[in-house]
Amino acid sequence: MAATFPTARRTAPGRSRRPSRWIAAGLLVALALAVLLVPAVVQLDQQLVDLRAANQAPSLAHPFGTDEVGRDVLLRVVYGLRVSLLIGLVAALVSVTVGTVAGLAAGTLGGTADRVIMRVVDGFNSVPHLLFGIFIVALFSPSATAVVVSVGLTHWTTAARIVRSEVLTLRARPFVDAAVSGGSGRLRIVRRHFLPHLLPHIALASVLMVPHAIWHETALSFLGLGLPPHLASLGNMINDGARSLLAGNWWASLFPGLFILVPTLAISVLVQYWRDRANPRWRSELQL
Amino acid sequence: MLRADGITVAYGRQRVLRGADLAVAPGVVTGLAGPSGCGKSTLARVLALLLRPDAGRLTVDGAEVHRWRHRASRDLRTRVALIFQQPRLAVDPRLTLREIAAEPFHATGRPPDPAAELADDLGLTSELMVRRPHEVSDGQLQRACVARALALRPRYVICDEMTTMLDASTQAHLIARLEAYRRETGAGILAITHDEELLTRWTEPSGGPTVRMS
Repeated sequence: MAATFPTARRTAPGRSRRPSRWIAAGLLVALALAVLLVPAVVQLDQQLVDLRAANQAPSLAHPFGTDEVGRDVLLRVVYGLRVSLLIGLVAALVSVTVGTVAGLAAGTLGGTADRVIMRVVDGFNSVPHLLFGIFIVALFSPSATAVVVSVGLTHWTTAARIVRSEVLTLRARPFVDAAVSGGSGRLRIVRRHFLPHLLPHIALASVLMVPHAIWHETALSFLGLGLPPHLASLGNMINDGARSLLAGNWWASLFPGLFILVPTLAISVLVQYWRDRANPRWRSELQL
Repeated sequence: MLRADGITVAYGRQRVLRGADLAVAPGVVTGLAGPSGCGKSTLARVLALLLRPDAGRLTVDGAEVHRWRHRASRDLRTRVALIFQQPRLAVDPRLTLREIAAEPFHATGRPPDPAAELADDLGLTSELMVRRPHEVSDGQLQRACVARALALRPRYVICDEMTTMLDASTQAHLIARLEAYRRETGAGILAITHDEELLTRWTEPSGGPTVRMS
């Protein structure tokens, strides 16, 4: 019976029709392997200065060329991506955690607490967040912690809004009434009913936040405010490379730039795919 | 006695209840009838301490209620149980039937052993209890909801169109179970329905009154 119907699953997002997600997943896996394995396996010093090999164009010995003090760009890009990914992940986790707590508090407590929290959210949103982020890093000395704090404190508002609006719709559902009537306190309702329902939204918000956090890390480092200049981070490398750009040395900036673009695009493609899959209605609309 | 006096509720500018009075006596079945949209369910939520009225007073066994929902004391709000019209909406879709029926025990820190017995009584087999709401019928789900409502042995049970969506045999079974609970514990039951025949059949044995709203 079921076999006589061509089910949606078999005809829907066909492997051949949407290869982008396989490319995206493959690229992400390759980058993750490079980031994890290269520093462990390759015994080369990414900081090694070799002035005789300065500003060399891409060649077999140096596939991505060398920078103005003769460091290998490929090796440094891998190290830089490692730093940027780590900071992106931690910053995304911090911002989504802060946002979730704030959104839960606003949605669950309601009344004055809700109004105060949402006005704070509006306050944060009314300031351009890059500027505010710069203000926060300026309070610290350049370090990874400063970047994480800066991105975390400026980006929690999105997660807070998502979580609050979800809690408001959950709160009105009869099963919450039933829980209250069955003796559940606020905390138990949050733990037992709200958080499990919110988890997919929170997970999506965190994944989407990772590329954004990487952009901010690179932007801050590019401005010289993020990581200490000797540390290979993608932002620092673009900044260093920009100095020799006018001399025609395009590789020192281009490759770090591509390494920002590729993982962030890959994550977006995968998130898009996940969304289509997780929401069947959207999927059927897309198939029309 | 669960008594509501002059309850007024408005949603925004829309006034749903204007000075409603109702008393639910222990040991009998009180009927509440009225056309759709006359505020029966709203009154039920007020009686279950789930909705703060804009005016009026509610007393549970002589104690006046001043706080509602979470703010009401646990003892007071578990004294009144509410069984909803649509079991599908009244359960968390992520929990199994066993977790749903045992939830009041966990929430109040009591051992959940009687939950299995209650479920058994309501015709829920242990095979059904491990399923989630989308894997059982409305009738089976409503049985789990009744088990949950009776878990903490409430003094008053409010049945808000409890059997409207169910077939005749499930309806009869659930009502028989509630009647047995009433006789055993002397609890007061408020039967809300617009089915006149059911109302007569349910209220008659205990000789309880029927209140009509318009």
